[in-house]
Amino acid sequence: MSPMARTAPVPAATDPAIIRNFCIIAHIDHGKSTLADRMLQLTGAVEQRDMKAQYLDRMDIERERGITIKSQAVRLPWEVDGTAYALNMIDTPGHVDFTYEVSRSLAACEGAILLVDAAQGIEAQTLANLYLAMENNLTIIPVLNKIDLPAAQPEKYAAELASLIGGEPEDVLKVSGKTGMGVEALMDKIVRDLPAPTGNPDAPARAMIFDSVYDTYRGVVTYVRVVDGKLSPRERIQMMSTRASHELLEIGVSSPEPKPSKGLGVGEVGYLITGVKDVRQSKVGDTVTNLAKPAAESLGGYQDPKPMVFSGLYPLDGTDYPVLRDALAKFTLNDAALVYEPETSAALGFGFRVGFLGLLHLEITRERLEREYNLDLISTAPNVEYEVTLEDRRTLKVTNPSEYPVGKIAEVREPMVSATILAPSEFVGAIMELCQQRRGVLGGMDYLSEDRVEIRYRLPLAEIVFDFFDLLKSKTRGYGSLDWKADGDQVSDLVKVDILLQGEQVDAFSAITHREKAYAYGVMMTGKLRELIPRQQFEVPIQAAIGARIIARESIRAIRKDVLAKCYGGDITRKRKLLEKQKEGKKRMKMVGRVEVPQEAFIAALSSDESKDKAKK
Amino acid sequence: MPSALPLGLPAPDDGLLPPDAADGADGRDFCLYVHIPFCAVRCGYCDFNTYTATELGGGASQDAYAGSVLAEIGLGARVLESSGLPARPLSTVFFGGGTPTLLPAEDLASILRAARSTWGFAPDAEVTTEANPDSVTPESLRILRDAGFTRVSFGMQSAVPHVLAVLDRTHAPERVPQAVQWARDAGLNVSLDLIYGTPGESLEDWRTTLATALSYGPDHISAYALIIEDGTRLASRIRRGQVPPIDDDDHADKYALAEEMLTADGLHWYEVSNWARTPADACRHNLAYWRGSDWWGAGPGAHSHVGGTRWWNVKHPRPYADALGAGRSPAAGREILSAGDRYVEDVMLRVRLREGLPTQSLTSTGRRAVAGLIADGLVDPAAAFAGRVVLTLHGRLLADAVVRRLLPD
Repeated sequence: MSPMARTAPVPAATDPAIIRNFCIIAHIDHGKSTLADRMLQLTGAVEQRDMKAQYLDRMDIERERGITIKSQAVRLPWEVDGTAYALNMIDTPGHVDFTYEVSRSLAACEGAILLVDAAQGIEAQTLANLYLAMENNLTIIPVLNKIDLPAAQPEKYAAELASLIGGEPEDVLKVSGKTGMGVEALMDKIVRDLPAPTGNPDAPARAMIFDSVYDTYRGVVTYVRVVDGKLSPRERIQMMSTRASHELLEIGVSSPEPKPSKGLGVGEVGYLITGVKDVRQSKVGDTVTNLAKPAAESLGGYQDPKPMVFSGLYPLDGTDYPVLRDALAKFTLNDAALVYEPETSAALGFGFRVGFLGLLHLEITRERLEREYNLDLISTAPNVEYEVTLEDRRTLKVTNPSEYPVGKIAEVREPMVSATILAPSEFVGAIMELCQQRRGVLGGMDYLSEDRVEIRYRLPLAEIVFDFFDLLKSKTRGYGSLDWKADGDQVSDLVKVDILLQGEQVDAFSAITHREKAYAYGVMMTGKLRELIPRQQFEVPIQAAIGARIIARESIRAIRKDVLAKCYGGDITRKRKLLEKQKEGKKRMKMVGRVEVPQEAFIAALSSDESKDKAKK
Repeated sequence: MPSALPLGLPAPDDGLLPPDAADGADGRDFCLYVHIPFCAVRCGYCDFNTYTATELGGGASQDAYAGSVLAEIGLGARVLESSGLPARPLSTVFFGGGTPTLLPAEDLASILRAARSTWGFAPDAEVTTEANPDSVTPESLRILRDAGFTRVSFGMQSAVPHVLAVLDRTHAPERVPQAVQWARDAGLNVSLDLIYGTPGESLEDWRTTLATALSYGPDHISAYALIIEDGTRLASRIRRGQVPPIDDDDHADKYALAEEMLTADGLHWYEVSNWARTPADACRHNLAYWRGSDWWGAGPGAHSHVGGTRWWNVKHPRPYADALGAGRSPAAGREILSAGDRYVEDVMLRVRLREGLPTQSLTSTGRRAVAGLIADGLVDPAAAFAGRVVLTLHGRLLADAVVRRLLPD
């Protein structure tokens, strides 16, 4: 058998029977990108000399952090028993904040490779995505990767996978993306086991958008899976959610570089270019049809992305505000989930309140803004969206503590999540303790294997957006993993805690917390600030307050000596330069009333101690 | 004088000054500083430019050192004249170090004679030398008096043995009253240098030091809070936890005690760290620094200032002597102060003085800051009303903060 197809099937004229659409469900670090690299090489889609590690991860930041942010689809030729097949590999985002995008990628496939590190076993998000795939009736091919590692335990984890998807441990394929071992067998199995796509070639065209990416030169590139009918170049297409129509300037397949084709038929996966400049005009989950002969019904399942976590982003240097504004405008071209509006903070100046899908989305966006636009940013503590009902029955949405209404509140609702945590069973106690502290309610618990357990909790989103994941990791010695999805809201006894410096409220430090946790927050923040703010020429009281009631208090003693003892002939130049440096340093101070607060104090006070890598998972 | 030199512009070999250095020179005092870079031992807190070896080679050895200074005085006279400066007699001369009295008194005398024959002395010229209590004798002090010295400043530092030990001072405390008496007998005005806030020094220790110093009846006292300079032995001992760190609050308490005891004894502050018995006992040489006068600094690492140009000599005695031997200026670098720099220095230095800073010399930013400084108890309201910014006791302790508030952002 010759694995590399001698003649690849031609796009737009491919019988659905020889098409296989699949995705790879894997946790970060479990080797998805390396396996994809091997497939690209093995099928000849990428010439040996063009090969680079993690070929499909286009952004530097993706390669560096080893995570795939945006998905992409690649058409691979593969021959089995003398028949040339077209395999479409649809890459899925591999992290928690992008569940909806994952669900759309899955909906574009008939099958999924469940790829699990043979040394680590399945992780919570992988499990969540596996359940999602099973709900979508995808055929699952379980695969253990990295079997070349000395620490690999293929028998143990094969049994775990088999019990999860209901098969035999012997059916679990064992591969090494690194060495290429078992990859050919996997390709053959994809062809043999996955169903071919079905659809009506004569019906009005319907294609589902599973990804859309902004390209500086070409505008928005939209990735679709054709379900019925056919899309052809130059025809006018229509987005069914908005009824907006565009001319199809180019249509083609990625293999993996874009290759224009004569169109895309039933079951095929490829890209469209219409010249639009904003991904919001080409929404993930939407259905594309033909304007002249439109479908009656969309494919369904479309949702607008909903920001869940909000944070204020402020440039350290106020003169960078226009740079930040332009950068955010550019980012939204490529990120339909990112929303922002201008915001002013008395303490931090001009900035933006930005809504994200989750904490990782926030981290990645902030890191890219800083790196690509050379900005230094302060991000305020992440918040969720509260629904506050006033006594006069008016309701308002609050994403920033400074907008929290004063008095006359009838009720406050906060968003909830259902969280799934996977960990070795020895950590169950520690995890339950953590979730209990975070106002969680146990939903259930299942053993995946003898020593691995799945714990389900319903928690307020606000309780997991700050340092929850860090704590989970540290309490489980790094073995715990987390997945969450939105799960309605609930009425909670919430209060706003303000922090006052010398009687002046510092908006950046206000927080909305559960009443029982207000005192702890007040003590923590006043204590932190006492350490971080240098002594001033006068005593500075630091108070935490709920409304007019002070709940915690610290004070910074006045500085008593600030004078150089000696200043003679040889000291003058040095002293003058020191003074100039101090003046320069003062420019980096924010004035709160008369109190000089260093920028560093804001950054340190607003970050949890371990916050740096918290969202990486 | 700290040992690290500033970064500046290169200084010309001929030492010539820019043309505007001569502007207004007739109205400014002219002074001489002579640096003597030798000590018997280096103290653990000291980062001054000083050497304990007697033999650094060439014109840098202690024996030949006076000859190098004489050469610089000769160079100084030529440079000032060629740069268009008018001939001005010396208002003050100050020998600092190091330990100037480690050189034979005759060497100091010959340097002073050379300065006098080169520039002449103003009628009431003040001539000071720093001295270690254990490096003077009745004879050496008489030689100095006869050569024209008027004043001696003894490095007493503390009267408490365990404090002196932390500072590595080797003199026996009982040498101080003896040295003071000899200086008085020789007809010299006497100042004592004190250091407070040394690790391990209690408030009572400091009270003892002040009382002891006052019992010797000095004309002048300088009291300095200990500064921990990077790179000193004391700094590394603190870093290693062998001695406790210094504390600003402790310094503030001790400053207040010094002000209280010195004032009660009839001395008056005239600069943040300096007290004099009568206005005539104030050190006019140091006042010249704070008032922006012209001075020539001779010796390795010494700084000079003439009409807005400041320069500093190479630090080590060996290249210093080599440059002078070859007829070149020993300057390592210089800066030409802009009008803005001069304003900053003026505010920074004059605000330290009892005579204060004339309000009309301030920019509008500075004048606007005065009301707030009065409200915060940092500036004396009566003096401000009379047109001068004068610090209160509280203000003296926060003088650097006052300066930052007076200067534009």
